[in-house]
Amino acid sequence: MKNTGTLQVTVQGEREIVMTRVFDAPRRLVYDALTKPDLLKRWFGPRGFSLDVCEVDLRVGGGFRFVLRMPNGKTMGMRGVYRELEPPERSVHLESFDDFPGEPAVVTTVLTEDAGRTTLTAIVLSPSREVRDAVIAHGMEHGAAESYDKMAELLATLEAAAPAAGAEA
Amino acid sequence: MDKPGQLDATFAALADPTRRAILARLAAGEASVLELAKPFAMSQPAISRHLKVLEQAGLISRGRDAQRRPCRLRAAPLAQASGWLEGYRQFWEGSFERLDALLEEIQTQEKRKRTKRGDQR
Repeated sequence: MKNTGTLQVTVQGEREIVMTRVFDAPRRLVYDALTKPDLLKRWFGPRGFSLDVCEVDLRVGGGFRFVLRMPNGKTMGMRGVYRELEPPERSVHLESFDDFPGEPAVVTTVLTEDAGRTTLTAIVLSPSREVRDAVIAHGMEHGAAESYDKMAELLATLEAAAPAAGAEA
Repeated sequence: MDKPGQLDATFAALADPTRRAILARLAAGEASVLELAKPFAMSQPAISRHLKVLEQAGLISRGRDAQRRPCRLRAAPLAQASGWLEGYRQFWEGSFERLDALLEEIQTQEKRKRTKRGDQR
């Protein structure tokens, strides 16, 4: 069992990002928090960000519209379409950013519950470099440091995420 | 960030466990093909093919010395990939910390409601 509160982010293959996080709450609550606007407004975005627009049409084929205001006053809009909804355990949605038109990313979210705690696993499949660049833009906002230490961490993360070395060349 | 496709090339090169192991080894200092091949149960040509992918992705450079051609890590593309992941992680880390607080608040409220109703679960 992973510790509550530790977010793991790894890359899988060339186009996927996998996020894992444990919450100390049953999954029906986590599912609500992920899908209900009144709840989303209270947590979506890092500290200092605000969710100015949050509209959700929670049904397959329906969509959502978010506009985040960043600490520097700039806004970032995103929208999506729900493809699969199986409350409270699974959803698949398309996601795209206003500033980066093109094919949306496909996000698969899985919630598993064990002894009142919920593990969230989100797999983000980016079809295009543009979508990933939008994510990079977030990174720039935070002024991500460039250092060998960070690089070593990255390698360790990738190593941990990789299947046993089936070396082929 | 300037070179289009750099991030894609980086992640493509990193998708292989042997190549990641090679990079991890090079983080400790330059090495020749022979030295790199040693810890892997792999032929020198096989290692050379991996090195070629890494070199084309700009993750390593090779020395001029014709005999040894030592491999060196090039930090910039990896740092870029690392920065990208770090930014993503920070965005969600911040969001999820706020979500923790919200979930705790909701559960406390639910408990209080149940207690009011005299439901002692």
